Amino acid sequence: MSQRLVNWFKFASPASFYPLAGKMWPWFAAIGTVLAAAGLWISFFVAPTDFQQGEGYRIIFIHVPASWMSMFIYCVMAFWAAIGITFNTRLSGMMSSALAPTGALFAFLSLWTGALWGKPMWGAWWVWDARLTSELILFFLYIGYIALTAAIDDPRRADKAGAIISLVGVVNVPIIYFSVKWWNTLHQGASVSLTKAPSMAATMLWGMLIMALAFWMYSIAIALYRVRAIILERERHTTWVAELPEMQR
Amino acid sequence: MNAFIAIVRRDLLLAARRKSEVFTALFFFMIVVSLFPLGIGPETAMLRRIAPGVLWVAALLAAMLSLNRLFAADHQDGTLEQMSLSPTPLALLVSGKVLAHWLTSGLPLVLLAPVLGLQFDLSPRALGVLMVSLLLGTPVLSLVGAIGAALTLGVRGGGVLLSLLVLPLYIPALIFGAGAVEADVAGLGAGGHLSLLGALLALGVFFAPWAATAALRIALE
Repeated sequence: MSQRLVNWFKFASPASFYPLAGKMWPWFAAIGTVLAAAGLWISFFVAPTDFQQGEGYRIIFIHVPASWMSMFIYCVMAFWAAIGITFNTRLSGMMSSALAPTGALFAFLSLWTGALWGKPMWGAWWVWDARLTSELILFFLYIGYIALTAAIDDPRRADKAGAIISLVGVVNVPIIYFSVKWWNTLHQGASVSLTKAPSMAATMLWGMLIMALAFWMYSIAIALYRVRAIILERERHTTWVAELPEMQR
Repeated sequence: MNAFIAIVRRDLLLAARRKSEVFTALFFFMIVVSLFPLGIGPETAMLRRIAPGVLWVAALLAAMLSLNRLFAADHQDGTLEQMSLSPTPLALLVSGKVLAHWLTSGLPLVLLAPVLGLQFDLSPRALGVLMVSLLLGTPVLSLVGAIGAALTLGVRGGGVLLSLLVLPLYIPALIFGAGAVEADVAGLGAGGHLSLLGALLALGVFFAPWAATAALRIALE
């Protein structure tokens, strides 16, 4: 047991995580590319046309995985924040700040594709539906995190402050979601709902799941790539960075 | 507990010596609320409809304005460091500061709201519900705001950043607070909304001082 703990904490050091991340990210990127190609092929050529929504429904193959990832990445950020606060590890804060731009990107992508989907389906770019509104607020939370960490010069302090705001945010996300949901039901009833027909063709579901997996792999790859850049930036004064082969050139 | 009372009294005394800050936030609240009829038009039916939302949004913005000075002065003259070194838990002192902040910025809004509500032709009953919702909701604003104020202490562009951090977290209070009045006007009864606001307040009283203390310790490092 103690042996295993030691092994885990070994990679909490940026110096030992940097080469590991360097080995891992190309694999995740490759798997992500293959999955994205397969998923896009299924979603554009294999999945049948929806008889109610026509071809426009194919946006969900990007939209739904992007929304899932935007919510999931926030939880992962909060997880690393909690680890960082508990164990006072430097790498955790770096992981959080490496994940934040990707999460914000997915939140934005989800809003953007949602608008593109809403125009033909609902006849409006934007409706104050509970899910749309909470996704928008999630986007604001990401922006708040990024702005706060960017405004603090000392990276350690920035990490800790970011950790607190992401933990406060993750506690608030369910509260915000339900408050928006009840607000919406009080205002306009169930006039517009994102809930789709219960029966979804198996190929559609598969396409969506494969795209979701592809987005996962992309997120992991890009987060590892970005965390490497952050490690180099913050540890540039150390000898181990100076001794790296890529620094010798 | 003595330290808690001492902090509240001290902050109230400081606020009483610098009355202009308190009144600035109050007049800001009044001006923002008065701008809406000018921008939208004086039809009474519409004003009655938008009144709860307008008053609540204005209360949010007014609470935001005064958040900056919650810890800033104590941080500058080193009082905050002394507090963090004192044997009394810092979270308790922070709670005292938050209570004092609410008494000087939240409570005046609650008392002023019915007068402004009259401009929007709200019924006496709706005014009562509005007051209760503000009474339950404005402490939540002070509590959540304290976390943001502690996080942005001594940070570049703190004021704008504070609003970016805190406003999304204010949304539940806004929804239930304004919703309570609307539900009452619609004849649905405001009980559910007010209970939820009370739940938010209970959560905030329990967790917010703790989170704000953690944030202050980071700022003081």
